[in-house]
Amino acid sequence: MVGIVGYGVYVPRYRIKTSDIAEVWGEDSARIGKGLGVFEKSVPGPDEDVATISVEAARNAVKRAQIDPTDIGAIYVGSESHPYAVKPTGTIVAEAIGCSHDMTCADYEFACKAGTAAIQTTMGLVKSKMIKIGLAIGSDTAQGRPGDALEYSAAAGGAAFLIGMKNIIATINETVSFTTDTPDFWRREGEDFPSHGARFTGEPAYFRHVGEGAKSLFKKTNTTVDDYDYFVFHMPNGKFPLAMGAELNVPPEKLEDSLVVRYIGNTYSGSAMIGLARILDIAKPESRIFMVAYGSGAGSDAFSITVEDAIEDRRGEVPTVDDYIERKTYVDYSIYAKYRRKIKD
Amino acid sequence: MSNRVAIIGVGMNKFGELWDQNLRDITLEAGMYAIFDSGVRGADIDGIVIGNMSAGRFTGQEHLGAQAADMGGLGDMPAYSVEAACASGGAAVRHAYMAIKSGEHKVMLVLGTEKMSDVNQTEAMNTISVAADWEWEGMFGATFPALYAFMARRHMMEYGTTEEQLAKPTVKNHANAAHNPWAQFQRPVPIGVVMNSGLLADPLRVLHSAPITDGAAGLVMCSEDLAKKYTDTPVYIEASEQNSDTLALHDRPSITRMDAVIKSTRSALQEAMLEITDIDVFELHDSFSIGEIILTEDVGIAKKGEGGKALDEGITEIGGKFPVNTSGGLKARGHPVGATGVAQIVELALQLRGDAEKRQVDGAEKALAVNIGGTGATSIVHILGR
Repeated sequence: MVGIVGYGVYVPRYRIKTSDIAEVWGEDSARIGKGLGVFEKSVPGPDEDVATISVEAARNAVKRAQIDPTDIGAIYVGSESHPYAVKPTGTIVAEAIGCSHDMTCADYEFACKAGTAAIQTTMGLVKSKMIKIGLAIGSDTAQGRPGDALEYSAAAGGAAFLIGMKNIIATINETVSFTTDTPDFWRREGEDFPSHGARFTGEPAYFRHVGEGAKSLFKKTNTTVDDYDYFVFHMPNGKFPLAMGAELNVPPEKLEDSLVVRYIGNTYSGSAMIGLARILDIAKPESRIFMVAYGSGAGSDAFSITVEDAIEDRRGEVPTVDDYIERKTYVDYSIYAKYRRKIKD
Repeated sequence: MSNRVAIIGVGMNKFGELWDQNLRDITLEAGMYAIFDSGVRGADIDGIVIGNMSAGRFTGQEHLGAQAADMGGLGDMPAYSVEAACASGGAAVRHAYMAIKSGEHKVMLVLGTEKMSDVNQTEAMNTISVAADWEWEGMFGATFPALYAFMARRHMMEYGTTEEQLAKPTVKNHANAAHNPWAQFQRPVPIGVVMNSGLLADPLRVLHSAPITDGAAGLVMCSEDLAKKYTDTPVYIEASEQNSDTLALHDRPSITRMDAVIKSTRSALQEAMLEITDIDVFELHDSFSIGEIILTEDVGIAKKGEGGKALDEGITEIGGKFPVNTSGGLKARGHPVGATGVAQIVELALQLRGDAEKRQVDGAEKALAVNIGGTGATSIVHILGR
């Protein structure tokens, strides 16, 4: 079966409290964290971008998988903040982690689900035996216009998943997608910050697509909520995944462990994948995981995953999601504004 | 009276954020329900009037009268919209009332409609704000939450109205909307949640305020001599009155009462030859909860300054002496600005017909609606009877 050979994450060390952002904009700082379900968000340092975050996550994945990087036949990096508009991030990652030149590579964009689209692509290449191992990365330094609601959650981080057939630590049993043309969130070429449809991003966008993706996967796998131990939903904030879980009758305790958004914010293409990584950090062999990633524009990718025995031997070698969450240095709004290049000449 | 005006059909679409319906969809739906409910044929209708505040800014579409006749397949007839800010719906009802009363029209379709969620929230707020005095209020940032906050603060100062009392219309209206299948928010909300909701403009909070809503409502109205041909349960308009006040709040002698409402209620009661105590059920314009408190006083349910006390005593609840906003009001049924005045009449007609199901006021015979524009610069009062 096709599955996860290794995975790794990276989250920049800097954090800003959402209450500090609220104070700058005259919002109710005491309420904002609880209201959004986001208390802190990660901030990339001045020398960090999607290329560096992707490389760090990929190095962790390769180390955990104990593979030879020259066995990687494809790299796809999903992001909506690639450093270059034209020039792939993936080639930087490939050279940095020591891949051979006999491989294919491309950058992906599908708002917050480009990384899971990359997982699906590599699954196909692996299953068709075109490649031995594929590297799928979801990574972002997400942008939020100063003062916009997005600024409280738009964060930085990434996750890398090596997909193969041999020595897998988790089997991907099935994946399905649900895709429509729904303009809930977008950024046009040349614009610094994305625009969004405010409340339109909820019911007709996130909830419809995640909900339909989930239902489709339950149907295709002939399973129910009871068959799974853990659930992971894309986390644009702390409230949406909980509301989605309630709608699908998922017991909150099955969702709780994936909610990294509370501590690092929404890492966009990294969001659901870092949530999945946190579950893989703690789940016992034979645990079953149900994940639905969401990307604006809009679509969802849903996965049914079973944890394998081998996972226990691959722990301890590389930092966990919690290691990165706990490794933090707070910055205030002015330093954040400088690091995010919101202060211009 | 032989030339009374009857309401013979009512209809609405379910109010809410209707992402997959546009302005013409919701208007058509409400109109069709009203026509089906009335039993009239399309060919019987000889005119359409639509209450709408700002379809041009909200959706880019004007000329709603011709659009309604066209989309409804109703063909060639006089059709146009009327605008009086949030009282546009009431103005449409009054317009049809006068047209039928005059004998110029026999059977009219009255619609109220507004599609508000197609623009972002800032644009929606700016569009609503032009119902205040733009040069003296809106342009300086005095949004409706800010203006109503002035009224609330002053009411608290003059009469000792409390924050708890400010929250009570919301609690009552949500409880009522829980039984209204057309309401935007069909769920109760506890008082603690209202009192701790986010501040919009101190002392007004998010849950003191009516929401942004997409919605449409429709009525079929005709002359009394025709009404019996179509229905056994016509509801009659016993009075229709309208007054105006200064557009800007600061030009009024008092900001804790709405003089236009006081005048139009008095004239309506006089026209219908009724006392306020004869009225069994009310729809009062609660765009903000302080609005319901002030209107409770201005129509005479409570003494001046005792609107809060009336809520404490429960007299405006269903089962109380003067039930107010059995539909859920603007707060919980939703407030598609141009549709609200028509939706109020839909609710009252249902109450008088005995069709209000779990929110029915037993034996209701007389009903009164107050639909206002802005902070009370327009007041339209209708009294209905069965």
